[in-house]
Amino acid sequence: MPEVFPKDTIRCDACPVLCYIKLGQTGACDRYGNIAGQLVRLDPHIVLDRAKSQGTPLVPFLERAGEWDGALMKSKEMFVTAIGAGTTYPDYKPAPFIVSSEVDGVDMVTVVTEGIFSYCGVKLKIDTDRHLGPERNLVRCKREPVGHVTTAEYGSQMLSLGGVHHLTGGTKSEGRVTCETLLDLCNGKEVALTIDEGASISVAAGKPPIVNGQQEERMRVGCGSATIGMFAKQWFGKVDEVVVVDDHITGVLSEHQAGKMLGVRETGISIQGRRSTPGRYFQVAQPGTGWGGTNISDPLAILKPFKAKIAWPHLRLLMVSTTGEHFAYYELDESLRPIEKDLPEPLRGSVERIRENCEPALATVLFMAGAGGSLRAGATENPVKLTDSVKRSLTRVTAGGAPTYVWPGGGITFMVDVSRMPENAFGYVPTPALVAPIEFTLKKSDYAALGGHMEFVRTLDEVTREKQRQRQLASLPENPWPLKPGPKSEGEQ
Amino acid sequence: MNTRATIRLLPDGRRLYLNDGPIDLIVGADGASEEVARAYQAAASRFVTILDELCEELSLLRTRASNHSPFPKGHIAGRMSDAVSAYQERCFITPMAAVAGAVAEAVLATMTEAAELQRAYVNNGGDIALHVSPGHSYAIGMIERPENPSLFGKFDISFTLPVRGVATSGWRGRSFSLGIADAATVLAASAPAADVAATIVANAVNLPDHPAIARVPAREVSPDSDLLDLPVTRAVGALCAEEIFEALKAGATVAHELQAKGWIHAAAVCLQGQVLLVDPPFDPIGLKSTGILPPVVAREVNNAQSQRRARA
Repeated sequence: MPEVFPKDTIRCDACPVLCYIKLGQTGACDRYGNIAGQLVRLDPHIVLDRAKSQGTPLVPFLERAGEWDGALMKSKEMFVTAIGAGTTYPDYKPAPFIVSSEVDGVDMVTVVTEGIFSYCGVKLKIDTDRHLGPERNLVRCKREPVGHVTTAEYGSQMLSLGGVHHLTGGTKSEGRVTCETLLDLCNGKEVALTIDEGASISVAAGKPPIVNGQQEERMRVGCGSATIGMFAKQWFGKVDEVVVVDDHITGVLSEHQAGKMLGVRETGISIQGRRSTPGRYFQVAQPGTGWGGTNISDPLAILKPFKAKIAWPHLRLLMVSTTGEHFAYYELDESLRPIEKDLPEPLRGSVERIRENCEPALATVLFMAGAGGSLRAGATENPVKLTDSVKRSLTRVTAGGAPTYVWPGGGITFMVDVSRMPENAFGYVPTPALVAPIEFTLKKSDYAALGGHMEFVRTLDEVTREKQRQRQLASLPENPWPLKPGPKSEGEQ
Repeated sequence: MNTRATIRLLPDGRRLYLNDGPIDLIVGADGASEEVARAYQAAASRFVTILDELCEELSLLRTRASNHSPFPKGHIAGRMSDAVSAYQERCFITPMAAVAGAVAEAVLATMTEAAELQRAYVNNGGDIALHVSPGHSYAIGMIERPENPSLFGKFDISFTLPVRGVATSGWRGRSFSLGIADAATVLAASAPAADVAATIVANAVNLPDHPAIARVPAREVSPDSDLLDLPVTRAVGALCAEEIFEALKAGATVAHELQAKGWIHAAAVCLQGQVLLVDPPFDPIGLKSTGILPPVVAREVNNAQSQRRARA
């Protein structure tokens, strides 16, 4: 028997309960409501607040909404993120929030949605010179393969985790653990990983990595040879010989090009290991946790006896690691044996300078994902136009208000530094896939031109008025304001 | 595959939050960390099919329960049906009156089957299923309403106490009430039993035909409500002390009745800042008011308790 419902009653299709919702009421979930005959998502939902981040006093929201005179000030200061916004998947329907605001007299629209990403992963950069494992070897979490080792970069090791093959192409357990690993890394949690034929590591975004139980403190300033180049001038005249001990390349001042240029005299020093070019030695020791990433604790172990014909008594020798954490000063005795002495004051500064130039070692996490068809359809009736608009820099892509880098070429494949996003911005669905926020911001006229869902555009004021369902967060000061990014504009620091 | 459901850890990193359509669960567990992880995993995998299971039989579950009702197919639906069948003779009731408790119970059962836990709970919007192992207990606090979260009562649920379900119903909640209780909290052996009993007790806290109470046929608010055109409470004006007590007493009387039948263990009813407690007859469990009761109500509680003790 077909039931007759009052006019303005709508049927919610967000879940199989399929509530009938009367005008001004919400469905059984209290999440979707009938506002002016439209089905509207009313979830707790994160709104970035610019004033908060700038430390200016904030007017409590409700008070202001009540007395608001329709001016544009508020819309300048608030940005609706996609965190908690809900998704369009699997139906082709408009994004949960399409918000208009005015910035410097230009109408802007932000399309706000949470994307369900099965094509996604994490690029993990681990600041360490330690060998984590051979390239292409599997990275595992709880014994399941979740990614692999890629290339070593300057002072860092790169891991690539996740991706559709681990998420949905392997066993159920592999997919589940991969999803969990990505989720935890993206939400800033610590994750323990092992690398086949390599190290066990423990990493969290923005924190020092732990390699085989040892926390990394600092990146080295450069290899031993580079360090010689950087500091030769500061050493010249204050010491006769400097050896910079490093697992990759150990440098020797008197033999190095930089020393030669300054006219540093030959010292008759003789180093263990394989000489590459003058003043540069490979493999002076085994990799380890001692001096400069080697396994040595006594630096004299890498020296052979000085050549008697060249060396002289009282020759001054500085040995230092590439992080400046280890150093020792010696003078040769009458039989040309190095005797340890206190580091003279003039050399102390150069050792400290090395340490100062070693940046803190961190593990950093970039989330990388491709915005798929249904997500883009939530923004426009003609998804390719959104891609095109992003490529032409007419549309800006942010994730939870954080800036993204959009990879050139087809599709909207973006990367974002998860530590610039609000806490716990990521969720997951059991597919398994990650749920991540994504916002597209563009001029209202451009939005209309690319076939945007203009009939669903709501003003920022309308959206932010549903105060009890929102959480206001201060935007991170280091992030450009999503509605007005690029170089900080006038009036800002 | 269900792509609607949300599964997240709450910002404290310990509790699990599960949402699918109108179901919101907060899940907590204590035990070895691998056991807790396994329990959460089990909870999440069970959770994602629940809403679809229930919706398959939604029209049956929204129909008044009677001796002629067909028995539903789904396990959770069956537990709902069982829980309300005790009440179907005395009043209008549909299996939906136990849906929250039955869902909480099912998710908790999955967790305790999958892992060794010291204790665990599944809180489905105030309808809570509990697991406690020997030597462990849960301290439960009661509040009048969420926006005014001061405790009006607290009690401990230990392994030996025959309580594994705690439910609260009231007219301000997400589901409709025929009564005016701000909260009626019931402790019972299982979560579905507590859920339906809380509904019955909250409905009984009432002042029929009182002019300060606005009631509307359920379907005028929610066209597909299982309560059809029964008058549901939409607003309650200020009541005087005598009226409050009369309404609370009506609820407490029903709670005593259910307790005498062995269907519930204890209850508390709350209206406009006043509380009436229905302690268990033999071993008071420390269901204590926190001292905000005005003398009149406190005295009545004492009388009721001494009468019961006398009966015993």
